[in-house]
Amino acid sequence: MEPRIGVYICHCGSNIAGTVDTEEVTRFAQGLDSVVVARDYKFMCSEPGQELIKKDIGDLALNRVVVASCSPTMHEPTFRRACQEAGLNPYLFEMANIREHCSWVTEDKGEATEKAKALVSAAVRRVYYHQPLETREVSFNPDTLIVGGGIAGIQAALKIADSEHKVYLVEREPSIGGHMAQLDKTFPTLDCSACILTPKMTQVGSHPYIELLTYCEVEEVSGYIGNFKVKIRKKARYVDEALCTGCGLCQTKCPWKADSEFEAGLGKRKAIYIPFPQAVPNIPVIDREHCAYFLKGTCRACEKFCEAKAIDFEQKDKIIEIEVGAIILATGFNVFDPTPIYQYGYKRLDNVITSLEFERMVNSSGPTDGSIVLKDGSAPESIAIIHCVGSRDEKYHEYCSRVCCMHSMKFAHLIKEHTDAEVYEFYIDIRSFGKGYEEFYNRVLNEGTIFIRGRPAEITDIAETPEEEGKLIVQFEDTLVGLQRRLPVDMVILSCALESQPDADAIARLFNISRSADGFFLEKHPKLDPVATMTDGIFVTGCCQGPKDIPDTVAQASAAAAEVLAMISRGRVEIEAATAVVDETICSGCQACELVCPFSAISFDEEKGVCRVNEALCKGCGACVAACPSDAMSLNHFTNEQIVAQMEGMLV
Amino acid sequence: MKYYSYFPGCSAESTAIGLGLSARAIAEPLALQLVELEGWTCCGSTPYGSLDELEAVVVAARNLALAEKTGLDLVTPCSSCYVTLNKAAIYLEDHPQLKRQVNEALAVANLEYHGTLRIRHLVDVLLNDITPEVIASKVQQELNGLKVAPYYGCQLVRPHYGSDDTESPQSLDLLVESLGAEAVPYPLKTRCCGGALIISEQSLALGLIRKLLDSAVRNGAQCIVTPCPLCQTNLDAYQSKVNSKFKTDYNLPVLFISQLIGLALGIDPISLGLRTNIVSPGEVLDYIYKVKREVKSGT
Repeated sequence: MEPRIGVYICHCGSNIAGTVDTEEVTRFAQGLDSVVVARDYKFMCSEPGQELIKKDIGDLALNRVVVASCSPTMHEPTFRRACQEAGLNPYLFEMANIREHCSWVTEDKGEATEKAKALVSAAVRRVYYHQPLETREVSFNPDTLIVGGGIAGIQAALKIADSEHKVYLVEREPSIGGHMAQLDKTFPTLDCSACILTPKMTQVGSHPYIELLTYCEVEEVSGYIGNFKVKIRKKARYVDEALCTGCGLCQTKCPWKADSEFEAGLGKRKAIYIPFPQAVPNIPVIDREHCAYFLKGTCRACEKFCEAKAIDFEQKDKIIEIEVGAIILATGFNVFDPTPIYQYGYKRLDNVITSLEFERMVNSSGPTDGSIVLKDGSAPESIAIIHCVGSRDEKYHEYCSRVCCMHSMKFAHLIKEHTDAEVYEFYIDIRSFGKGYEEFYNRVLNEGTIFIRGRPAEITDIAETPEEEGKLIVQFEDTLVGLQRRLPVDMVILSCALESQPDADAIARLFNISRSADGFFLEKHPKLDPVATMTDGIFVTGCCQGPKDIPDTVAQASAAAAEVLAMISRGRVEIEAATAVVDETICSGCQACELVCPFSAISFDEEKGVCRVNEALCKGCGACVAACPSDAMSLNHFTNEQIVAQMEGMLV
Repeated sequence: MKYYSYFPGCSAESTAIGLGLSARAIAEPLALQLVELEGWTCCGSTPYGSLDELEAVVVAARNLALAEKTGLDLVTPCSSCYVTLNKAAIYLEDHPQLKRQVNEALAVANLEYHGTLRIRHLVDVLLNDITPEVIASKVQQELNGLKVAPYYGCQLVRPHYGSDDTESPQSLDLLVESLGAEAVPYPLKTRCCGGALIISEQSLALGLIRKLLDSAVRNGAQCIVTPCPLCQTNLDAYQSKVNSKFKTDYNLPVLFISQLIGLALGIDPISLGLRTNIVSPGEVLDYIYKVKREVKSGT
């Protein structure tokens, strides 16, 4: 059947029409070969816009459609659906991106119009060669993998498991809980962090639909949405989880100590340890780096005292293989290490501490039993809190870490509650944007905390006056007064940035997702698809996607759970029809394609001596097409004919 | 042998003659060929720029154009020349219109600046091209762990043209340590020496100098080393004024880093211009040589 093409040029309000002369482009499209009708409209994606296409397909017997508008990421599915509803195979549609690729990046109206014409002409030439294709559906595995057992992972796991679908929750530390378990109070309501978190942790630990895999790391991910295969390394704990009763005698008897990660280095733990009293699971782990048996070959005190005979020095790492339909990444954040900011003196000057260290110090079950003390054990009379350490600083992280203003003010409140010390907040701007946050700011102001607008230049112990002797001196510009000032204090708290995990890049590669410029995982759409990623079936939630506070994290985790539950409840997924096909009459059976296929979708038929593509596994990446030396491999919807026509259209 | 075109700058030829003499003296033993840039003039220093920016840039660009023709990196021992020349080069790079204007002026002298020149500080060359390891291997005269406060001043690290950290630079520390001396902790290592304020706001500048001397003495330094002629002048020539103003009794020699390197290489103090230092470096010399004599007689 001779192609009859309809072309639709979208104004996108002024997004496109502001720079591109859409009427001119429409006139141009009208003159192209096989084009039956060309129209422009304010918003093609709107209901009337779609109706326009549907009506023309019926009235004018169109059998090809081109829409020139935005990136296909968002609206290709919209227009494909419109075509389908009018009885046209959705693959007989082509989209030309004249917004992101044209109007938004071109200043001159003439140039933009010419470029839009070229893009439209390319799409028209291409769509001429389009073939109808059929999408297929595969079943969706209702099990879910969640990576990371902080509050985000916990929340998502509980939401999905409560619907009686299986969840594997993988956590690389010995216990779930994440950073939230380390915090003291939570702003602005000042609930105790542990009190609201531990019930959820216990629920996870005992939930019949959650398989908790702590001290485990994901090693390999293959497959595709609905049908992922995942290999998980279960690191040797040297404690038999089935036998251990969690009595804790081993850690009491262990004579070897190390800095406690949970106490942010302020306290000690043993070489065999349960990270904190409320840990889930309540099973210890042996830290090989500090265990005398692993270092010197003697000791085994834990083994001697363990009545349950749960200690197993011979334990080895184990590989667990699971199959899931969807994956939620909740791998969290890392607290910025302020050591490189030499002028703030962290690790160089006593009593300069980080926000996380202060959280542990002020916690009643922390290393100082909740008393705020200096290195020498005395009580501070004045404390400076510095905001934006490593955030809003082009040398480190340009972004705002979103939680620091609020936790800094929470610190001020806690200090006032625990001591008589004077508190100074050094801020650039106060960002108290959440529900009840501004009210909390006012409360802290009224409690007598002194707010100074200015990022300190330096913390020094070099005194210039007798009053400064023995103190930490904050040198700063008070920007509201316009003066350089020095302020002697006893303690300085650095409110450190939240940054992406040090191995975020490896995680992104493992799960085949992207990261934004700030290092955090990239969501599919910042506003309209905030938990999905560009890889179907893989979702991101919590601070691995960007800094956020607990309320936002919990909301986002629930959103990710809802996305997954929607897929589970549908029970099947549509597979792209744009897959590779082999022309068996040409294929010589060299298997070059099999080597390059990242999805293991190609197999070799020994009998016929040719390669075959498994369409359910093929993602249509085209690697095999490029690798095939004899042109036997082609990609549906990306045939040579189509691509060459598109280029010709572009160049004419 | 490594070749560089060499831009001494005016200070190293006059007020900071010790810098000029010692920079040239250490070159040969370190296999450094410093080829003096033929026809060099004023770098177009800071005060000039505040009077007539274009003229100041042209003056700098003339030197840059001359140096570019040699095909060698341009090295200066003066922190101020280092900043002025780098600033001009970047300014021209960022403003093509200005570059055209400047090249128009240079064309009168048959010169053109293209923008390919690397402008480096002597400290950078010593640290990164010669390397502390090689310097250590050339040490002839033990410094016996002489305690040295490494003072960078501002211009060596700010604005940031080199590779050293702006807040906590290490290059001088590494050079000092390579000589067998001890770099004492010196938290004020990049703090202001008062600069030209010593002329216009003397009492303010003297206060700043006092802080630098005080911190060096508190940290046990037997001398200060610096690469900068202005820093050296302020700390050295105005030390007695500090003493009379604040009733202190500092007597702390302030050496150029190249002078200290020269001493370690076994070059005699007079060739290094140490006679021109105002606070006598006698105690430093005594410490180095006397201890060595004792060791000799003991064995």
